[in-house]
Amino acid sequence: MNSSTPDRNEFEPLIETVNLKTHFRTPRGVARAVDGVSIQIRRGQSIGVVGESGSGKTVLSRSIMGLLPRNGVIREGSVRYGGEEIGNRTPKQMRSIWGREMAMIFQDPMTSLNPVMKVGRQVTESLRLHLGMSSSEAMAVAEKIFRDVRIPEPTRRLNQYPHELSGGMRQRVMIAIALACGPNMLFADEPTTALDVTVQAQILDLLAEQIRDRNMSMLLVTHNLGVVAGYTDEIAVMYGGKVVERAPTKTLFQNVKMPYTEALLQSIPRLNQPSHSRLAMIPGRPPDLVDPPAGCRFASRCAYVRELCRHEEPPLVQAETPDHTFACHFPVGSPEYHERRVELTRASGTTAGVS
Amino acid sequence: MAGTGKAHLRPAGEALLRVEDLVVEFRIGRTGLKVNAVSGISFDVLPGETLGIVGESGCGKSTTGRAVMQLPRATSGSVVFDGRELTTLDKEEMREVRTKVQMIFQDPISSLNPRRKVRDIVMEPLLIWKRGSKQEQGEAVDKVLEEVGIDPQRAAESLPHQFSGGQCQRISIARSLVLEPQLIICDEPVSALDVSVQAQVINLLEDLKKAHGLTLIFIAHDLAVVKNISDRVAVMYLGKICEIGPSEGLYGRPAHPYTKVLLDSIPIPDPDVETRKVAVEGEPPSPVNPPSGCRFNPRCPNASDRCRTEEPIMREIDPGHFVACHHPLFGGEAPVTVRSA
Repeated sequence: MNSSTPDRNEFEPLIETVNLKTHFRTPRGVARAVDGVSIQIRRGQSIGVVGESGSGKTVLSRSIMGLLPRNGVIREGSVRYGGEEIGNRTPKQMRSIWGREMAMIFQDPMTSLNPVMKVGRQVTESLRLHLGMSSSEAMAVAEKIFRDVRIPEPTRRLNQYPHELSGGMRQRVMIAIALACGPNMLFADEPTTALDVTVQAQILDLLAEQIRDRNMSMLLVTHNLGVVAGYTDEIAVMYGGKVVERAPTKTLFQNVKMPYTEALLQSIPRLNQPSHSRLAMIPGRPPDLVDPPAGCRFASRCAYVRELCRHEEPPLVQAETPDHTFACHFPVGSPEYHERRVELTRASGTTAGVS
Repeated sequence: MAGTGKAHLRPAGEALLRVEDLVVEFRIGRTGLKVNAVSGISFDVLPGETLGIVGESGCGKSTTGRAVMQLPRATSGSVVFDGRELTTLDKEEMREVRTKVQMIFQDPISSLNPRRKVRDIVMEPLLIWKRGSKQEQGEAVDKVLEEVGIDPQRAAESLPHQFSGGQCQRISIARSLVLEPQLIICDEPVSALDVSVQAQVINLLEDLKKAHGLTLIFIAHDLAVVKNISDRVAVMYLGKICEIGPSEGLYGRPAHPYTKVLLDSIPIPDPDVETRKVAVEGEPPSPVNPPSGCRFNPRCPNASDRCRTEEPIMREIDPGHFVACHHPLFGGEAPVTVRSA
């Protein structure tokens, strides 16, 4: 279904950002929501972007796709799609890319669907616009896609309005709209956060299956480490507008380097822990993006902080494990880390410690 | 799930809160239809215990919490708190009971008055009930603010929007604590918070519970969070309790197929765990017209004809562990009863 598939080279990234910055002008000053992110996504790869609210994960995905407000935005750096620079395109020029090359699924299917348009028409709209199909052709394709995303009774559903559908069904419709024109790149921004846990599992399985069958790439934005663990090849952890650690999913969980990632993993309550086990917590709150601290942005909340961290920003460096980068002066496993860990365990005694 | 029956209730004298046959229905406009939000549930909470209530949206867990507070009053059933029947109390008497039973809500920012200073918000319950002298009130407020980790000085000068979501939830907790209640009903208190902050608030609740000898009802959809904080957990589906038991037992060895489905649906933060294929199809049906028999039967992998007609009754399958299911995952088939649903 792809007309201008930009796969000149298997190994060339489908999406590449270089030092991408998206800053917003606010009454308080300039908020550095995304502050120099370089990221590559290969064809067929699923990458998860995790972080707390305000870490810049949503703004990153919107910046790549060119979905930013026109006013009050300062952007810098480059976004390449299939080797071609798209970072400086106008919304009008992006139209040939939206839907056809890249599509996005949003968190809340109720507010992102048009409430006064039948869902069938919302799917066929892009087919007719981008692929020039006739109304009946488009309807036939829409019905097939509804079947692909397992919407029961597709013919009847096409003629319904969003309010007639349940939350899970609406999210399936959103996925159908996103898949309609056969994009190469799918952005999913917290696609299951508004859904119940049983429905969440259904939707995630469906997404994984569609990505595989259509050989698409996906950028999955979520705050839920459980979701990224099961459904992505690689993970990028964001903090204060920057990527602070990036690794293949398995590597990240086995050989975490950045104390922030480690703290994030330890703060999740787990089913295999006994009741009333003390949860590890990260004190304080994320940095102010208008006036970010000098040095490492996590320094003020980090249990392993040293003087250096407060002055000098750690660069992204390569870990000993392949394809694994992190930004930390004293990563997990370093002598300084161990030294501090011993001190902390001694200080906290047996009560407040994690593991 | 149909879960009628009260086999799981403990002796009335021991419980701080005892809810029996609670029914809450809402009429829909003038259509003559009604939403069966809660359909005859019973549970109790012992002093110092934390009861977790889990379930998907629309299962009636929040309605249950609110019905205990008589907000609004239940359609029928009984709520006994500290030996006192709440459903028959008049407005004034109920106001007084609410100093002993407090509630914390999901969205901490919208549950605080945006135009009042935080310290005044926490102070207000004391002013309304005229507790102590002005100086004693000030001291009590500062003490409770410090306990939840909010600087009293800053609270005196700042409005809620100047605090983060996690801090606002701490302020809500301070406000609920200031009257020294016996029972706090927490309705999704950490769902709107980031994981790192969520851990702070859960740990805080555990500390406060110990320090003040509190009893908690913790309502949430996140099963791992509920397990962490609860002594006992009730699983709800479409207005009924399916299973109730000690958290270790219930999570370690779920008896109700629905509990199993819920547990299997949670994404595990570990890439080495094989992602399981979806354990259940579809979504919960509408509480306007719930299925007959066991309410889970249309989605249940083990459903039989009996499940479609006869409502299962609570029975004990392990010490303290009760299930309302004809064909539980262990403990054998439910004995055939004479009485049918």
